[in-house]
Amino acid sequence: MADFLLDVHDLQTQFRTQQGVVHAVNGVSFHLKEGETLGVVGESGCGKSVTVMSLLRLIPTPPGKIVKGSADFAGHDLLQMTNEEIRFVRGAQISIVFQDPMTSLNPVLTIGQQLEEPLRLHVGMNAAQARQRSAELLTLVGIPRGKDRLNDYPHQFSGGMRQRVMIAMALSCSPQILIADEPTTALDVTIQAQIIELVKRLRDELGMAVIWITHDLGVIAGLADRVAVMYGGLIIEEAPVKELYANPRHPYTIGLIGSLPRVDEREHNRLESIEGLPPVLYELPKHCPFAPRCKFAVERCWNENPELQPASAGSDHFFACWVDVKTGRMRS
Amino acid sequence: MTSDNNNVLMHVDNLVKHFPITQGIVIRKQVGAVRAVDGISFDVHKGETLGLVGESGCGKSTTGRTILQLYRPTSGSVVFDGINLVTLKGESLRHMRRKMQMIFQDPYASLNPRMTVNEIIGEPLIVHNVARGKEVEDRVAHLLEVVGLDPAFGNRFPHEFSGGQRQRIGVARALALQPSFIVCDEPISALDVSIQAQVVNLLEQLQQDFNLTYLFIAHDLSMVRHISDRVAVMYLGIIVELASRDEIYHNPLHPYSQALLSAVPIPDPFAEAKRKRIILEGDVPSPVNPPSGCRFRTRCRLAQQICADLRPDFRELKPGHFVACHMAD
Repeated sequence: MADFLLDVHDLQTQFRTQQGVVHAVNGVSFHLKEGETLGVVGESGCGKSVTVMSLLRLIPTPPGKIVKGSADFAGHDLLQMTNEEIRFVRGAQISIVFQDPMTSLNPVLTIGQQLEEPLRLHVGMNAAQARQRSAELLTLVGIPRGKDRLNDYPHQFSGGMRQRVMIAMALSCSPQILIADEPTTALDVTIQAQIIELVKRLRDELGMAVIWITHDLGVIAGLADRVAVMYGGLIIEEAPVKELYANPRHPYTIGLIGSLPRVDEREHNRLESIEGLPPVLYELPKHCPFAPRCKFAVERCWNENPELQPASAGSDHFFACWVDVKTGRMRS
Repeated sequence: MTSDNNNVLMHVDNLVKHFPITQGIVIRKQVGAVRAVDGISFDVHKGETLGLVGESGCGKSTTGRTILQLYRPTSGSVVFDGINLVTLKGESLRHMRRKMQMIFQDPYASLNPRMTVNEIIGEPLIVHNVARGKEVEDRVAHLLEVVGLDPAFGNRFPHEFSGGQRQRIGVARALALQPSFIVCDEPISALDVSIQAQVVNLLEQLQQDFNLTYLFIAHDLSMVRHISDRVAVMYLGIIVELASRDEIYHNPLHPYSQALLSAVPIPDPFAEAKRKRIILEGDVPSPVNPPSGCRFRTRCRLAQQICADLRPDFRELKPGHFVACHMAD
């Protein structure tokens, strides 16, 4: 396991609510190699954001609680660290870009102040050095006249520009892992294209690993090396990106890809839709969480929750389903 | 730009909607205007779906609301079924509203949380004196069935439904008065991916069953391609290109349409690897003070002097393919 930068095992996170305990993440395991880009795809409420928030211990506790699991990062378990220890990881070695650039910057501090803070805390720069580096960072993420804009407040930037500032902040301490939690969802397509190009360029220049969370299978297609599809707090399929799109094996992934219209579509077909709704889990699923919506469900799906298994021995394509939809045969 | 007149359901001519910016508390005076829609003309044909795409702030939602007279236009005309809606007022306008309805973007905000589903869907019937008493109940139950909901849910409140189900309620409300024209203002962008397909399939089914005409407003170009017969691309208050769906997606003539299309991610790693993106620099300028001449010239890779001097005409370069660009040919 030593060659993995990040190795997450059996992560479980729950939230105590008035309606009962919500099982948001129910045993997620994945790993990340150095310089690799992992895409995490799923609909709202599938647990994708909670997974990465748990890793950085950004879950509000209470009501949230990491119940189980380990996350090995550079020989240390992120989940066992003290608050003091995790603070040195957050922003310095693993940093995160949030979804909404409108609310994730502090409106009463200038961009310069917000950019300098991690540099002074984590890197130990003095005020002048931090200011110099902040200006460089703004230039790096493509904000023109970076130095002049350090004294501007967030409201003086557009949405795309704010997301660039967030990325600059995330990159400021040269992290080994950048987590991008739906960073382009709130942005227009042309701005989204700008941000994706930017992250691709920076990833290749700086050689960091990226975890890119999204609900948009299109965004991931051109970006990720490997993709994990989440449903009901579990990873239900994981494969190299080309393999996943060419040869999806889990009925949910198949349905998801089928439900997308394509901008390059040639003929008009009715969209395949997945009937029903994603589950809210007030208890640990005893059956496959997708079974209520699944066209292929058999009796076993209602009795046992399948585990993530390789598609064939030694394959790097994993999926969690009792039925092999491709052949129609049962898997053991 | 009038083609076959029998086929045209709505004719929009040089529509303008400016929102005033005022200053002063006691003596308010206008100091400027947000030029949200700044002179657009198009036809909507009977039974078609006209897609209206553009980025946020380009005026596409304002267009939808202005043609329905939810905002009164600053100038221009909207002729629907031979009647100019802009000059109508009061009861005569209300009468016309039966024929044109709207489905809103946010299914969480567009349904009154204090009304039951039956009341929400029945209200237009009562307001317009179309039905009363038992007949309202029957028609509401029928409408719920049409949009794929169980009529037994009629006594529930909106918060008891998921986003996709709420959007179905919004659709049922729009259908209640048997309109011929529906403006769909980003009806699926607040929904999850797997639910979007459900709602789009429903809209397509209803269009066939009830012979509806849609103006489908969206920023998701893949979905617009899927549902539309013709597509209009908006940028900063004007329509820059209008053509049939295949024409606009295979052969976009305006540099903005080209960039917009190339920016849409395709859910296919092989296709993605082969694509060349046109990355637009910068942001959309403010509609308070738009660039002179062509609106797009500040971000356009083809811009010349003429683009700053002259506003390009919206000309028909090929039959049915309109474009507003000096450089296109």
